[in-house]
Amino acid sequence: MNIASLLATKSRRPITIRPEQAVREAVQLLATHNIGALIVANEADAPVGIISERDIVREASRNEQVFGRPVSEIMTRDVITGVPEDDLASVANVMTEKRIRHVPVMDKGRLVGIVSIGDVVKAQRDQYRGEVETLETQILADKA
Amino acid sequence: MARPGTDAQPLRVTIIGSGPAAFYAAEHLLKREGLVVEIDMFDRLPTPFGLVRGGVAPDHQKIKSVAAAFDKVAAHPRFRFYGYVEFGKDVTVADLREHYHQIVYATGAQTDRRMGIPGEDLQGSHPATEFVAWYNGHPDFQDSRFDLQQERVAVVGVGNVAVDVARILCRTPEELAATDISDQALEALSRSRVKEVYMLGRRGPAQAAFTNPEIKELGELPGADIAVLPEEVELDALSREALEKSQDRATLKKVEILQEYARRQPSGKPRRLVIRFLVSPVELIGDAVGHVVAMRLVKNELRATPAGTLQPKPTDRFEELPVGLVFRSVGYRGVPLPGVPFNESWGVIPNDKGRVLDPDPQRPLVGEYCTGWIKRGPTGVIGTNKPDAGETVASMVEDLARGAVLTPSHPGAQAAEALIRQRQPNFISYADWRRLNDLEATRGRAAGRPRVKFTRVPEILAALGRA
Repeated sequence: MNIASLLATKSRRPITIRPEQAVREAVQLLATHNIGALIVANEADAPVGIISERDIVREASRNEQVFGRPVSEIMTRDVITGVPEDDLASVANVMTEKRIRHVPVMDKGRLVGIVSIGDVVKAQRDQYRGEVETLETQILADKA
Repeated sequence: MARPGTDAQPLRVTIIGSGPAAFYAAEHLLKREGLVVEIDMFDRLPTPFGLVRGGVAPDHQKIKSVAAAFDKVAAHPRFRFYGYVEFGKDVTVADLREHYHQIVYATGAQTDRRMGIPGEDLQGSHPATEFVAWYNGHPDFQDSRFDLQQERVAVVGVGNVAVDVARILCRTPEELAATDISDQALEALSRSRVKEVYMLGRRGPAQAAFTNPEIKELGELPGADIAVLPEEVELDALSREALEKSQDRATLKKVEILQEYARRQPSGKPRRLVIRFLVSPVELIGDAVGHVVAMRLVKNELRATPAGTLQPKPTDRFEELPVGLVFRSVGYRGVPLPGVPFNESWGVIPNDKGRVLDPDPQRPLVGEYCTGWIKRGPTGVIGTNKPDAGETVASMVEDLARGAVLTPSHPGAQAAEALIRQRQPNFISYADWRRLNDLEATRGRAAGRPRVKFTRVPEILAALGRA
């Protein structure tokens, strides 16, 4: 199973924010859309970073002024991106090992989606459920 | 207006398609506590079950047994099947909006992905799905012809369809005669002169899509010796590293099975099945009359993407493989439905948890949903469609609770039937299908086979006395 099939069922464009926007606006977007991270994109819509709820909490714990600062000051610049052809298993591994919870997905240089650790867990759960369902059906057929 | 979903006003749902995704969606809906729902399921073919009937290989009858679970769903008094009624032709999305509160598209991935290489359309080069549909008796493909007098065949791909095609090509006539393969295919395959079948994977053994039971079965064929090149199943450094980290037992076992095949000596069986890895076709070569005679392959190396997936990278080393018949099985894609949004690059209906999205401004279309391969693309086993349909049905129930459903002017089962009767008087009901099923089974018993299929629409109509 690849990342494309996971993105297919969440076809909406990913929510992005510009680097010069305030952290306060990022907080609002995260709350409105009930998500854990925003892709930071420049005027050309090219990703230049990612800002997560954890980035904001970490900064806010030592600096309560953070909400007025631009996103670019606290975003993560070194972003691991995926492609639609990436295997679900590889993405799950890279998220576990690097302790990251969001992977933006690029297709031919264009941002097409974002995969969260929640998406990966759900996809894996459904994959296993499906396999169990199929095996059970066959075992029941054997008994019949 | 009262919200539908009660005895007084049942929720009227139509499902387009009757494969596993369609039946699982129906099952989830009918099992919902406190929801009174009526389901009308359409299929453009007279027979239900989609790929369970037309895709799953005839020598895998056990997998087809899932149909018994679908029979239980169909036995529900509020379920109706309308076979031989085509969406977009006999009924349009505009018609359905006038008769149902919710519409579910479950039309699957009906076409194959192309390889995109020169010579792909030479005579003797076919989509594997066409061959599968032909040997399974799909009415649309009974006029297809495959040159089984060729001795060397290539199957491009190592997914489950590629494995099915390779295995069917290697089966003996006696083995095939014990299945429900179409009579026409049985006869043609019994006269087959195929001696060597090559299955071509673009990545290495650790990345191959086939499952361990599938690959084991290929090593136990009575009529074909299996062969694997030792140098192609020796893991490269990246695959070894990835496998050491993941310790994935299924993959470790897969590599072990393939390495054992690489050590086997031919035992003199009439056919040979060769599994190749790390090669991609770059061109099909034709003769003077445009028939394929060979395939040019490039050898690949694996490289890791930033997210760690090992992908093939072509090298500058090439080889030529003489083959007279080619089946491509490099992936499937959905077909756009008339009047329904479609994502061309992914071959699916754009959706959010099964809610069909208007491409711009990406808002859900009221009352329209999708499930199965047309929703997520062609992945997973049959059972994967059950949780997938569960997600779509959860979205449908949520929207119903918010009152976001269509407002049909004729929300009654009789009105829908009257419309269908007018558009397609020869529609096939589930009772008709059960009769047809019994007739096929009876013909099968007489021949010592699971069933003998009716494979053409006029034949089906005649069997049901509709001549």
